[in-house]
Amino acid sequence: MRAATGRPAAATGTGAPAAPGPAARPALAVDGLTVGYAGAPVIDGLTLEVRPGEIVALLGANGAGKTTLLRTLSGLVAPRAGRVLLDGDDLAATSVEDRARRGLAQVPEGRSVVTELTVEENLELGALWRYPGRAERRAAVARGYDLFEPLARRRASPGHQLSGGERQMLALARALVALPRVLLLDEPSLGLAPRVVAQLMGVLRDAAHGTGLTVLLAEQNVTSALSIADRGVVLSLGAVVVDAPAADLAADPALRHAYLGF
Amino acid sequence: MDRLVLLVSTGVARGLVIALFALSLVIIWRAARIVNFAQAAMAVVAVYVAFALQAATGSFVVALLGALVTGALLGAAVERGLMRRVSGRTPMPGMIVAIGLVMVLQSVLGILFGPKHRPMTPVLAETPLSVGGVPVLSRYDLFVLVVALVVVVGLGVLFNRSTLGLQLRASAVAPEVSRLLGVRVPRMVTIGWMLSSAVAALAVLLLVPTELGLNAHSADVLFVHAFTVAVLGGLDSPAGALLGGVVVGVLVSLVTGYASAGLAPLAVLALLTVVLLVRPGGIFAPKEARTA
Ligand SMILES: Nc1ncnc2c1ncn2[C@@H]1O[C@H](COP(=O)(O)OP(=O)(O)O)[C@@H](O)[C@H]1O
Ligand SMILES: [Mg+2]
Repeated sequence: MRAATGRPAAATGTGAPAAPGPAARPALAVDGLTVGYAGAPVIDGLTLEVRPGEIVALLGANGAGKTTLLRTLSGLVAPRAGRVLLDGDDLAATSVEDRARRGLAQVPEGRSVVTELTVEENLELGALWRYPGRAERRAAVARGYDLFEPLARRRASPGHQLSGGERQMLALARALVALPRVLLLDEPSLGLAPRVVAQLMGVLRDAAHGTGLTVLLAEQNVTSALSIADRGVVLSLGAVVVDAPAADLAADPALRHAYLGF
Repeated sequence: MDRLVLLVSTGVARGLVIALFALSLVIIWRAARIVNFAQAAMAVVAVYVAFALQAATGSFVVALLGALVTGALLGAAVERGLMRRVSGRTPMPGMIVAIGLVMVLQSVLGILFGPKHRPMTPVLAETPLSVGGVPVLSRYDLFVLVVALVVVVGLGVLFNRSTLGLQLRASAVAPEVSRLLGVRVPRMVTIGWMLSSAVAALAVLLLVPTELGLNAHSADVLFVHAFTVAVLGGLDSPAGALLGGVVVGVLVSLVTGYASAGLAPLAVLALLTVVLLVRPGGIFAPKEARTA
């Protein structure tokens, strides 16, 4: 099990020891974030940092606010207060589409495949902003097929013909082909067979380790999420109540009983 | 028999104009989930500009380009200046604004140009071409047929083979997911309005020389026919708009030719009623696709 710290040198590529300054700058920072729809806030003064290349599991019961937090980070929901920073830059004035173009990708909850488009068109759409040139885009789409072999066999199929597992593979591949720096995922394992979940988690882990992708992974499937995460964060009543290395969370029965219900 | 051939082929040419206009309604429905009731009035404004350009330059090609450009600019102005401000969860406010816009545009045109029809001479003769002694189609209708087909094929290529088309299609059906993938969805909505208004302006420009001429209400009947067609084919279906346009065009041509022009609107209405009774969602629409 990797420690949650000790990877900044690899992430910055300087080889210099971790020190305050750019090397220590989180890829994603949330500062005093408050979000609500009507009435009491759903997220209440939440603060969180995710380091470059780190995988953080975002845990919490149904209704804890995981989806709300992720949608606020990607700009779909406007916060009442607080800041979201991507590589140190405040995103308050940045639109959803410009956040995506700055490398903040989101795989939303549910099977977010555009069902009217084919598998290939979905992948092209994901790659388009980064690769306007046709040849480069084709290469990116090919990388998507390399991630999940079943997709290659279904490239001409419209999205509505795919199985649940294939749709989630496509949603993840579509996000990854544009080489994002930070990836937000909302319960990708929901309703999928364990074998497919393991495959998805493997791809996520490889992306984080191989390309330095930073991942914030909201999951009810605690075991799967913690199996690839560096750190686990438990959300309750709109705030972070536990923030611990994934290995500790998985190993500590008291923590698991109190916050994760098993 | 000769008469039937002429009526059918003329009906196909007129039908393609209806199809173009219906296609413009489909484009805007897919881009913005709105039935643009102002489509005809906006197109007529663009054709007035085209009319002025033709009078000034004597060139029909300049007039044609002028109609396309004015239509596109008008579409962008209406979307940015009006529709974007009232867009929300339901399409109702937008449709009401569109109806208001019809009244404003038609009143302004009436004040500026009066009620009289301005004749527009066809670029090509209206005398029928014959094939083996059978009169088939006038030169002008042949021209209309060719232009309409070129535009239909062009739109097909744009939507299905280009990255702009990919973004337009994705934005229409999944705006939120598209934004998360970096697609500039608000820009796609504007482009949808521009394309739609340009195609509508072209359809009206092609129609005017075969009708009484140009006035503020020149495209009202075209709108009714095209709207019928769009509902028949399913507002989401370009293929439905195309086929429906040709069917309505031939129907109007046959009823006008064998019975009387006064009966044509009734025939169209009857067709609409029958189709809606049999397939409430439209002929080509999947069962739950239509929402308004
Ligand atoms: N669009 C919305 N409008 C109003 N309330 C919402 C909306 N989305 C979520 N909520 C409420 O916010 C709370 C957190 O929901 P959510 O963020 O979906 O939690 P989670 O993803 O952890 O299950 C819940 O009480 C839910 O009812
Ligand atoms: Mg959720």
